[in-house]
Amino acid sequence: MSLLSVRDLSVKFAMRDTTVTALDQISFDLAKGERLGIVGESGAGKSITGFALMNLLSRPGFVDKGKIMFQGDDIVQMPEARMRNIRGNQMAMIFQDPMVTLNPVLTIGQQMVETLQAHRKLSKAEAEQIAIVKLREVYIPSPEERLKQYPHELSGGMRQRIIIAIALLLDPQLIIADEPTTALDVTIQADIMELLLELCQSNKVGLILITHDLGVVSQMTERTLVMYAGRIIEAGRTREIINDPQHPYTQGLINALPQQTKPGQRLKQIPGNMPSLTAIPAGCPFSPRCEFVKPHCLTEAPKTVQYAHVEVACHEVNRLHSSTDSITQSDKAEEIQA
Amino acid sequence: MKTPQPLLEMRGLEKRFELDQGFLETIKLRGGKIVQEKRAVHAVNNISLQVAPGEALCVVGESGCGKSTVARLIAGLLTPSAGEIHYDGQRIDNRSRRAMMPLRKKMQMIFQNPYASLNPRMTIQQALEEPVRYHNPALSRSDVRDKVAEVMRAVGIDPSWATRYPHEFSGGQRQRIAIARALTVDPEFIIADEPISALDVSIQAQVLNLMLEAKDQRGLTYLFITHDLSVVQHFGTKVAVLYLGSVCELADTATLFENPKHPYTRALLSAVPQLKDDHPNHIRLRGEIPTPINLPPGCPFESRCAHANSRCAPNNPAPCNSLMARSPHAMRLKKGAWTAKPRTGGTE
Repeated sequence: MSLLSVRDLSVKFAMRDTTVTALDQISFDLAKGERLGIVGESGAGKSITGFALMNLLSRPGFVDKGKIMFQGDDIVQMPEARMRNIRGNQMAMIFQDPMVTLNPVLTIGQQMVETLQAHRKLSKAEAEQIAIVKLREVYIPSPEERLKQYPHELSGGMRQRIIIAIALLLDPQLIIADEPTTALDVTIQADIMELLLELCQSNKVGLILITHDLGVVSQMTERTLVMYAGRIIEAGRTREIINDPQHPYTQGLINALPQQTKPGQRLKQIPGNMPSLTAIPAGCPFSPRCEFVKPHCLTEAPKTVQYAHVEVACHEVNRLHSSTDSITQSDKAEEIQA
Repeated sequence: MKTPQPLLEMRGLEKRFELDQGFLETIKLRGGKIVQEKRAVHAVNNISLQVAPGEALCVVGESGCGKSTVARLIAGLLTPSAGEIHYDGQRIDNRSRRAMMPLRKKMQMIFQNPYASLNPRMTIQQALEEPVRYHNPALSRSDVRDKVAEVMRAVGIDPSWATRYPHEFSGGQRQRIAIARALTVDPEFIIADEPISALDVSIQAQVLNLMLEAKDQRGLTYLFITHDLSVVQHFGTKVAVLYLGSVCELADTATLFENPKHPYTRALLSAVPQLKDDHPNHIRLRGEIPTPINLPPGCPFESRCAHANSRCAPNNPAPCNSLMARSPHAMRLKKGAWTAKPRTGGTE
């Protein structure tokens, strides 16, 4: 049985006289101890997915349809009291900015003890012992002293480690990390990612990593979902998606990275912008920016199909593949002629 | 071939920010005695760099290494504590605001956040016309309007949108407008401080292409400040790696990425998440960046360096030319450090 199973989840936001669809019938599964990446640009619905999984959507957002089955229970229908028991206990969330996540007027120790005592009957001394063990697990030097310190006394990397320690306090089954290293420098990011990977593997914790950085996803996760305008447009094993993407958007995203072009030459850009949620185009949401667009792309929403090891939502996936082949072939022919 | 005269030159540039301002703040109790001492943040320490015409010098480093301070010093938004800045053979760091004015036409700046760098109460037309009118008072109104329309087309913004306000544009469009604003006065030198960090991946490519185009068509020289090494590899002709306010390595882009010399550069390059490689060989650095308040005398990287030995702590390494790099300023590293065994047991 999978740990988490999301079926046809739709999230909407109530506006003054309309509703806006932020997530449009997304479905995915997460096995126990699996690491899943969710990639996309801002406005794609990545963070909303994370919030929906934690049942943290606040008004005007609401789950319109669909199920989120976590260990056999539907989170959408769950009463708040039970949800509080699950949140932090069985699933935990790590946010982007460690300065905002930690309470600035409480010491690290107070915050960790509070979390532990909210879920388990422990004395303060016992809770502190667990906190020290967890801080040591995330390689925080002299953890006894850190417990007495306030968040502002620590550096950004240290704070994010503490957040990871707090997320792991109650040995959750699932960690949802929403851009956990975006606010950090590359060397610190590499440390934190290594740590998160190590902890997830050794404790068999499931991880949902929400990020815009394809490099991070490539190094951290086993499976990847690519999101665009509130839909999953491509899903599959991370290696397959990175090495042989099928959806034109995923291809564009990977090709737009500077590493993919010779220095000094024009980057392969995707024209246009991500549509705003109030004006998602009919048919395929990517159609206005797509170079392979056909008339039926503008009217019919594409169904998700299995193609070359990945699931992809594109009408033109077959043609796309043969055409890129022919392009590379003609390129080669030109090279030979030259 | 004669080496061209550098367009911009920094000589021994330093910037310190005083932490203790006023007499009372400087009074401290040390070991039972009252003493007067001033603390300062050493943001930039003895940086000497040259930018030749047509070059794109990238300055990379992590937060707090002094990248943005360097940009602001050159643009004249900050005054250096020591050292000189020369532009086109003339010293510019000691000029008055008025004497700086003609230079502002030649030297323009693009900032990181296009949400903050455009005035929300001015239409795009007003925002773009302002610098043109200011720097070319002789131009007629229609000439100014033509100039603005031309630049807008150049950055891919429809001139008919000129009556709109910044909030009506997306982040990528705003950054194009910010670039357009810098280009309206036909500058020759552009200081870009993290111009694409706030943008999405697909939009980053659009803006980067625009900046490359402007470079080729207008013969611009860039000083490009960034923390993103993949952008550097694509955009820069020369790279300066900054650590705690000092240049730790300066080399041609290709040389630096093929063969980084300084241990910090190696660690930095190894930390970039790669797309294809499954198991990166990430070099872990010990500890975290020390505070730039009252820096120790020796090599700034000493406390985190795996190759540090007894000579690193007391002496700041002098820049030396490595065999591979052509630049006379290629690295700041004592050769002996390489042969030393990695130090065991760390300081925190």
